[in-house]
Amino acid sequence: MRIAVCVKQIPDPATPYELDADSHLVVRTQDQVLDDTDRYGVEVGLQLAEASEGTVTLFSMSPSGSLQGIRQALAMGADKAVVIDDEALRGSGALTTARVLAATIEREGFDLVITGTESTDGYTGVVPQQIAEILDVPALSFARRVEAGDGKVRVERQTATGYDVVESPLPAVLAVTAGSVEPRYPTFKGIMQAKQKPIDNLTAGDLGFGEDDVGIAGSGQSIIAVAPIAGRQAGEVIEDDGEAHLRIVALLEETTVI
Amino acid sequence: MAILVFSEETDGHASASALELTSKAAELGEVSVFHVGEGSAAALAELGAHGATSVHHMDPGDGLPAPTAAAAIADLVGGDAPAAVLFGMSNTDRDVAGRLSARLGRPVLAAAVDLSIDPVRVTSEILGGTQQVITEAIAQPPALVIARPKAFAANDTGGPAPSTTSVAAPDVGRSGSAVVVERHVEEQEGPDLEAANVVVSGGRGLGGPENWHLVEELAAELKGAVGATRAVVDAGWVPYSLQVGQTGKTVKPSVYIATGISGAMQHMVGMKDSGTIIAINKDGDAPIFGIADLGVVGDVHQIVPKLIEALKARS
Repeated sequence: MRIAVCVKQIPDPATPYELDADSHLVVRTQDQVLDDTDRYGVEVGLQLAEASEGTVTLFSMSPSGSLQGIRQALAMGADKAVVIDDEALRGSGALTTARVLAATIEREGFDLVITGTESTDGYTGVVPQQIAEILDVPALSFARRVEAGDGKVRVERQTATGYDVVESPLPAVLAVTAGSVEPRYPTFKGIMQAKQKPIDNLTAGDLGFGEDDVGIAGSGQSIIAVAPIAGRQAGEVIEDDGEAHLRIVALLEETTVI
Repeated sequence: MAILVFSEETDGHASASALELTSKAAELGEVSVFHVGEGSAAALAELGAHGATSVHHMDPGDGLPAPTAAAAIADLVGGDAPAAVLFGMSNTDRDVAGRLSARLGRPVLAAAVDLSIDPVRVTSEILGGTQQVITEAIAQPPALVIARPKAFAANDTGGPAPSTTSVAAPDVGRSGSAVVVERHVEEQEGPDLEAANVVVSGGRGLGGPENWHLVEELAAELKGAVGATRAVVDAGWVPYSLQVGQTGKTVKPSVYIATGISGAMQHMVGMKDSGTIIAINKDGDAPIFGIADLGVVGDVHQIVPKLIEALKARS
């Protein structure tokens, strides 16, 4: 089974994000990390590949010059990566991201495309379905407990009231939740091997996209204004001295809920 | 200006987001609804009461609804396009919005908390609700918008039942070949999380599922609903239906009590508009204390049982 796993490199979420004053885009630091939520997709891909003697190829659109996050996913065990790292892609929206990823995946060939549910920095959550629509395949979104075999994939899909068991023939797109598996940590051997694994680099032009199709020009939207929101102010913070629960009771009385 | 709102039926009701968005859209123009599901008279009446004049109803059967719904909506808006198609943030809403976006070649303007028409502009909150962005749709109409839950109030204005047209699920070929083979409802006790006046939520700081009863008992004492962070849902302690945050439910109770929750951005966007926030966490640097009205630095396993006892003693 040829498994394509889409991964995103993002600025380290542990440091506060900044917006560029002119472009209103998140400032992309040089050293980006693998989006934590993508580790689940990588793990699902590795498990399915191990069960089927398949291959796992990473796909990432990343106008950054960083490969640190890609190496993290390769160190987990993925076979190779295809990165579309092109300055022209800066400012691209979700749809352009999906178009570029779908075009790249189609070029490489695939049986199953795996994505996370949404990225930690953008969280639009529409890219998996956009990729599926462009590739004309079903999409199993919000998936946990994934099984694949005999040309089929079967998942539990989270719903507002519980879950559905959903089945689909391959090829298909699978968008997994963080509840799907426990991602493995890279071993030292994995980290060393990752340095030798192939990383192909493509530009938007290689895939047939023109300058106006991608980036801010191709986004179909224009940012009019950005302003900080006056946040909630912190109230009182107390150390528990054994009696803190009484302060809580007093506040609950004030709010008249008791 | 015509506006189309997406709705999904559950248990004989239109989705909460559909009622909110229909109410908002009715202020801006003429509202029709694309309604997926059984199509019960009660659900259609709700949509009419909130201002929809017409409803296009499609039953997706056992297929996942996104490919067929997106194709049907694309057909519907192909001629005289509405200014915008509005979606909520439920799994189905986002799936349909994504499919439709790729089909029509339009971007999705996401996480909207405010909306204006002509031109279509949305206000959204990014970076964990610390920055506000106004974005204008500059592609051809319709603009596709995903709105945050509870961004708009649902107003029952007593409108008449809408005119309803049945739409057959289009044949979408390979894209439509995923089928639902089983449906499972995970029963929840107590008040509805999204409507409750008090919400008690738990996070990983509780240590393990064996301590979850603390959250449930405290919620029961306060006649409140139980919520959870993504971390504990992902760890399998409680079902996804309890998840509060970006990818879960958005709540605005009078009182929100966070126990063992550090305050990841994606959790806080789902509860930061609560009336009074009380947080108990052992780490004094936890981000949750930055938005709490009362923060208690201490051990949830000590404090919550005492709190439950104190509340019991009062009643």
